[in-house]
Amino acid sequence: MSFSEQTREKARDIISRYPQSRSALLPMLHLVQSEEGYVSADGIAFCAEELALTTADVAAVATFYTMYHRKPVGEYHIGVCINPGCGILGGDTIWSTLCERLGIGNDEVTEDGKISLERIECQAACTHAPVMTANWEFLDNMTPESAIDAVEKLRRGEEVKSTRGPRIRTFKENELTLAGFDDGLAGEGGNADESMLAGLKRAKELGQSAPEVKK
Amino acid sequence: MTLTPVLSAHWDEADSFTIGGYMRHGGYTAFKKAFATGPDDIINTVKDSGLRGRGGAGFPTGMKWSFVPQNDGKPHYLVVNADESEPGACKDIPLMLANPHALIEGMIIAAYAMRCNHAFIYLRGEVPHVFRRVNAAIREAYTAGYLGKNIMGSGFDLEIVLHAGAGAYICGEETALLDSLEGRRGQPRLKPPFPAVAGLYASPSCVNNVETIANIPYIVNNGVEWFRSFGTEKSPGFKLFAVSGHVKNPGIYEAPLGITARELIEHAGGVRDGHEIKFWLPGGSSVPMLTPDLLDTPMTYEDIAAAGSMLGTGTPMVFDDSTSVVRAVAGWLAFYKHESCGKCTPCREGTYWISDLLHRLENGEGQESDLDKIVELCAQISGRSFCALGDAASTPFPAAIKHFRDEFVTATSTPANDSFDPFAATVFAGATR
Amino acid sequence: MTVTTQTVTVTVDGVAVEVPAGTLIIRVAEMLGTAIPRFCDHPLLSPVAACRACLVEIEGQGKPQPACAIPVADGMVVKTQHTSEMAEKAQAGVMEFLLINHPLDCPVCDKGGECPLQNQAMANGRSETRFNGTKRTFPKPINVSAQVLLDRERCVSCARCTRFAEQIAGDQFIALLERGAKQQVGTSEDQPFDSYFSGNTIQICPVGALTSAKYRFRSRPFDLVSSPSACEHCASGCAIRTDVRRSSVMRRLAWDAPEVNEEWNCDKGRFAFPYLSEGRLTTPLVRDEDGNLVAASWPEALRVAAAGLKKSGAATGVLTGGRVTVEDAKAYASFAREVLGTNDVDFRARALSNEETAFLATHVAGKPIDVTYGDLEVAPSVLLVDFDPEDESPIVFLRLRKAALQNRTKVFSVAPYMTAGLAKMKGTLIAAGPLEAAAAIAGAADHVKAAGSIILVGERAATSPGALKAAADLAASTGARLAWIPRRAGDRGAVDAGLLPINGRDTGAILAEAGKAVKGLLIGGVSASDVDGNLVAAIDNAEFVVSLETRHTDVTERADVVLPVSVVTEKSGTFRNWEGRDRSFNVAIPTAGALSDAAVLEELARELGSELSDTNFWASAAKPELVAGSYNASVGAGQAVLSTWKHLLDKGSLQEGEPYLAATARVAVIRVSPATARSLNLTDGSQATVECCGNKATAPVIETPGMVDGVVWIPTNSEGAALNLPSGCVVNVSGGAA
Repeated sequence: MSFSEQTREKARDIISRYPQSRSALLPMLHLVQSEEGYVSADGIAFCAEELALTTADVAAVATFYTMYHRKPVGEYHIGVCINPGCGILGGDTIWSTLCERLGIGNDEVTEDGKISLERIECQAACTHAPVMTANWEFLDNMTPESAIDAVEKLRRGEEVKSTRGPRIRTFKENELTLAGFDDGLAGEGGNADESMLAGLKRAKELGQSAPEVKK
Repeated sequence: MTLTPVLSAHWDEADSFTIGGYMRHGGYTAFKKAFATGPDDIINTVKDSGLRGRGGAGFPTGMKWSFVPQNDGKPHYLVVNADESEPGACKDIPLMLANPHALIEGMIIAAYAMRCNHAFIYLRGEVPHVFRRVNAAIREAYTAGYLGKNIMGSGFDLEIVLHAGAGAYICGEETALLDSLEGRRGQPRLKPPFPAVAGLYASPSCVNNVETIANIPYIVNNGVEWFRSFGTEKSPGFKLFAVSGHVKNPGIYEAPLGITARELIEHAGGVRDGHEIKFWLPGGSSVPMLTPDLLDTPMTYEDIAAAGSMLGTGTPMVFDDSTSVVRAVAGWLAFYKHESCGKCTPCREGTYWISDLLHRLENGEGQESDLDKIVELCAQISGRSFCALGDAASTPFPAAIKHFRDEFVTATSTPANDSFDPFAATVFAGATR
Repeated sequence: MTVTTQTVTVTVDGVAVEVPAGTLIIRVAEMLGTAIPRFCDHPLLSPVAACRACLVEIEGQGKPQPACAIPVADGMVVKTQHTSEMAEKAQAGVMEFLLINHPLDCPVCDKGGECPLQNQAMANGRSETRFNGTKRTFPKPINVSAQVLLDRERCVSCARCTRFAEQIAGDQFIALLERGAKQQVGTSEDQPFDSYFSGNTIQICPVGALTSAKYRFRSRPFDLVSSPSACEHCASGCAIRTDVRRSSVMRRLAWDAPEVNEEWNCDKGRFAFPYLSEGRLTTPLVRDEDGNLVAASWPEALRVAAAGLKKSGAATGVLTGGRVTVEDAKAYASFAREVLGTNDVDFRARALSNEETAFLATHVAGKPIDVTYGDLEVAPSVLLVDFDPEDESPIVFLRLRKAALQNRTKVFSVAPYMTAGLAKMKGTLIAAGPLEAAAAIAGAADHVKAAGSIILVGERAATSPGALKAAADLAASTGARLAWIPRRAGDRGAVDAGLLPINGRDTGAILAEAGKAVKGLLIGGVSASDVDGNLVAAIDNAEFVVSLETRHTDVTERADVVLPVSVVTEKSGTFRNWEGRDRSFNVAIPTAGALSDAAVLEELARELGSELSDTNFWASAAKPELVAGSYNASVGAGQAVLSTWKHLLDKGSLQEGEPYLAATARVAVIRVSPATARSLNLTDGSQATVECCGNKATAPVIETPGMVDGVVWIPTNSEGAALNLPSGCVVNVSGGAA
C-alpha cells in the first residue's frame, strides 16, 4: 500500500524523538503495522525511504523481531504463552483448545480475518499464569473456558477487557500506541491486581513493613 | 524475615501510578536533594549503598556509574533496560504498571549523576499498557517541570524517550539492546569497547535495570544507612520477589535480600495440599534449578551462588511433584533456540541440536547416551558463545540431569505426558488459588 | 610523516615476539606460522568474532577468547590449539556445531577442493557425526543477483559477504535476515545485489554458499591451471588470477596486490572474459580481386599489408586504441614514426581536444610514479574532475571510499550531479556541467589547500573546455598533486610510448582526412562504436586499410588486410595503470601461432625492410603549450548541454557473451534538475528522448535535486539507450519516445 502524508508526518515525528534518525526504525515498523496490519514490501520501502537506508537493511531488522509480521495477522492477534512457567500451568492445554476451536494453528488466521494465533514466549507475567495476550494486552489467569469465551467475544465484536489494561482494541490501534502515539488509555485497568498486591496485602495482615528512617 | 514493601508500599492506592499518588508519599523530593548534593557525591552515595544491579547480573551500580568518563565533552546516555523477558521474571512490568514515577525520578537522579541529558527507556514491545503508563508518567513529569530544560532552575536538562522493542529476548543483553535502540538487529556487540566508553551512538552510556533505577530515589531520600539496614553486607537492600509456579498465592512479595525461598513460598500460601515441591529456580530459567533441600538458603547473590545456582532476577519459580522436569527443560530449550540471535555458532547451532534432542525425549524417543551427549553439547556452548545467552541455554539441562537422571532415562522410552498427567499440573486442576 | 609504532611483547605457544600494539592475536599467530582456524575473520573487514572457530586460551582468563577480535597486550600469554587443551576442545566443539547443519554435498559444490570449511573439517573434525537429527534445509539456490547465487543451507553465517557489501562496496543490498537457526543471507524483495563488486563475496565466502552463475558446476579447483594476470578492462591496474582448464578460461579471481586492489576487483574484471574466445579471428585475411575477404597465409598477408603501407607511407594514419600493452604501444610508436614516417598517430578512440593533447604531453607523458593509491588513502582532500571513480576506475572508488569512511579524506567532485558513487564516498558535489567545469575547478582552491591534497582528472575532462588547464593551474597554485585517470588499461602506456599526435593529426583529423591527405590507415583495437565521427566512412574513403584485431568487427569487415593478434591470455606483456605502475603478466594459455600486436608489427617492419627500435619518443619531442580550449555553444529552447559517461557495465564489446553480468548493469536513465525538467517539459518517471545529429536515445527521466541546471545526463552506450555523443554537445531533449 502507499502511505499517506499524515503517516509520513507521523514517521517524521518519531524520527524527531531521537538524536540519530535510524533509532526511529523499530517504532516506524510499528507505525507501518498500524497502517497495514503487517509489514509489506511497501512498508519496508517506506521506512527505507524515510531513513535513507537500503530495503535490505530494513528487511534485516523487520525479520529479526517476532512482533513484526510479514503477512497479515487477524484483527485480534492472540498469544498463548507456552513457556514452561505458563505452559505447564495450563498454557499448553489452552493452546490446543484454542487451535481446535478455531481450526487454525500457529501463525495462522481464521478465514474471517478476525483472529490469529501465536505461540508466545514469556510475557513477564508468570505470577499470573497461565497468560494469554490479545493484541498484546494481558489476559491473565486464563482457563480453556475463559480463553474460548474471550476469543469468541472478540470475534463477534463484543467488548473484552484486559485483566490489567483497557478494553481490547484492534491490532492496528495497539501498534499505533507502540509507535508512541498517545491513545489516552493510560488510566484504564486499575492500579494493581490481586497478584501484584499479594505481598503488600500479606504484609499488612501480618503488620509487617519497611523500617522507618532514623532521623 | 518480615516483608518490607518499599517500592510496592502504595500499590494498593487507586492512583498509585500517577504523579499525585507518587508525590503523596514523598515522591519527587529525592531528585531535589540530589541536585543540592552534586553529581559526584550521588555516585558515591550509590556506591556506598552497595546497590547491585537487579536485572540478573548483580553488578555494583555505583561502580557502573563511575565507569562513565566525565568531562570528556561527549554526550552521555542513560538507557533503562525495561526488556524484562527472562522466563520467570515478572517484577519490572508490575513496577512500571503500578509505580512508574519511581523509575522516572530514579532516572533523573542517575542522569544527573552521570551528566546525561538524554535518557531512554527500552521497553519490551509486548506490553502496550505498560507503554501507556510509563509514557503518561513521563508526560506528567514534563508538565511538573521535572523533565526538560533547566529542571527546577538547576541548569540541568533531561529528555526521556520511551522506546518500544519488538519481540526479542536477546535485547535484554545490554549491547544488543543498544544496537536495537539504534534501529538495528538486536545482536550483541563485540566488547571492548564497553558501553561506558562507546555505547549508544558510540558515546559513553550506562544501561541499568528498571528495579535498580527505581531504588535510587529511596536510597537518596532515606540514606545509605537505612538502605543497608536491609539485606546483607554483600547484598544490601530490598527486592521485588515475584513468586510464581505451583504456590497458592503467586505474586509480588517485597522483602529484604536474605529472606529464604521457604519464607517467600510460605507467604505465598505454600504449595497445594497433597503435593510437594519438586524443584525451584531462584531467578529465571537461566539459573540452575535447585531441589527443596536448599529452600532455606538466603536469597542473596552470595548465598545462592554458594548453593550452586544464581540469584538472577530474584523471582523464584516453584514446580511441584506433578511436573515433568523433562517437559520443563525441553520447553526452556525451545525458548533459547527461538531467542538465539544467530550471530555465533555455538549458540545458534547448539540450541538447535539440544532442543531437537530434548523434544524427542519429551516424546519418549531417544537413547540413554543422548543424556551424556547433551551434557557435552552444553559444555561446548558454555563459555564459548558470543554472549551470555549461550551460557543461559546450557544451564537448565546439566542442572536437571544432576537431580533427575532417572526421569530422563525413562523419557527415552516413555513420553513425558504419559509419565506425568499434564492436566494435574495446571492451575485449573487446583495448582494455585 | 613520521609514524611511531609502539610495540608490545606477546607470547604465543611459548614463543615470545614483539609486534605493534593493537595487532590481533590471529595476525600474530600468522606471523609465527601458526594457523588458527577461522571463518568470519578477514583482514580487510572489521572483526565480528561470530563463528568462534578461532577460540584460544589467554592466560589469566577463564574462558577461551576469539583470536580474531582481541588485540594483543604487553605480556599477554596466548596458547593456541597446539598447546592448550582449552583451545583445542573449544575449536573442536565449534567445528562440530558448524557441520551439523552443513550439507554433505562437497562432491557437487563449487567450493569443494578449495573450501576452508572442508579443509578444516578434514584436518580437525570428527570422522563420524554425532548429529542424528534433521538438517536445516532451504529451497536452493536463490539468486541474490543475476550473477550471484546463494545456497543457504551451506552458509555458516560468517557475515563476510554482508560486511563486504556494507563496509567495502557500500552496496548494502544483501543482509542477514531472520534470526537464530533461521538466520540467512538475503536481499529485499525489490532490490537484487546489483553491485559492481558483488563477485568478491563469492571469492571470500569460506564455504560454497555463494557461487556465480558463470562458474557454477563448470570445473573443479584441482583441474584448473592458475596464472597471475593483469586485468585488461581498465586503468585501475588490478592483479587478478586467471584459472584455465583445457585452454579455456573458467574463471578469474581478484588477486593479492596490497598497493593497488588489495584483495578486491570489480565484476567486469572478474566476469567479462567470454570475449577472449568468442568470435575470434583465426587466420589473416586479404581482400581478393572480387573484393571479398579471404583467408591468407601469414607471409602473403604480411606481404600485401607491407606493400599497401609502403605506398601510403607517411600519409598513413595509425589508430591504436587504448587496450595496448606497454610493449605493443612502443611497437606502434616506433612503427608509425620510424618505419612509416608518420606523426598521424593517436591512441584515443573517443572525444578529445588539443587541450588534452597538450595536457597529456606536458603533465602525464613519461612521468615517474607520483600519486599512488596509498597517497589517496591518506590525502586530506581529493578533488575529482570529470571523473566518477565507481564507473570509470572502480578500484580508485574502493580506495577513496575506504579513506572517506575512516574520516581521513574528504572527497569533492566537479560533476553535474551527486552520483551514487560520490554519495558512497560521503563526497561533496561541486555542481557543474561540461561547459562550467573549468570555472568550478578554479573556484575549488580552498578544498585542496591542505598539504597532501590531490586532484584527479578523468579522461572526460577533454570534453570540458579549459578544465585540464584549470586543473593544472590549480595544482600549481595550491601545491596539490595532480593525476590523470583514463578509462582503458593501455591508455597510460600509450601516452608514455608517444602514441599522441605531436606534430601530427589526431584521431578526429585522421578520420576526416581519410582518402584525402591521409591515404592509408593502420587500425588496432578500435571499433566504430568507440569513435566520435564516422570511422566506417573513413575506412571506406581510405585507399588502404590494415587492421590488427582479435575478433571480427566492423573495422575488419572493411579492411584490405586483417592480421589477427593475440588476446591477453595468449601473450605476455605489461599494463601500466593510472599511477604509472607496471604489472607484467605471462602467457596463461599457450597458443600456437598467436602473435601480439608488437610481434606482427615487427614482422611488418621487416617486410618493409626496416626494424622497430626502442627509442624514447618523449626524450626529444617538442611538447605543445597547454592552452585552455574554448567553446561557442548556444543552447536554444528544448535543448540542453549533454553530460555523459559510460557505466562500468554497458554494451562494451569486451563484455559480450556474459548475460549474467549484463543483467546486473545499471539501467539507462535521463537525469535533469527539477528546474530543467520544467523548462524542457519533462515529467519525472516518464520517457524522454535525447537527440543530436541523428544519434538519439530514449530513457526514463529522473528529476535529480541538486543537479546543475541546463544540463541533461544520460549514460553513453548503455543497453537500451545506446547514445554515442560526447559530453558538451548541445542536444535536443523532448518528452516521449523517439
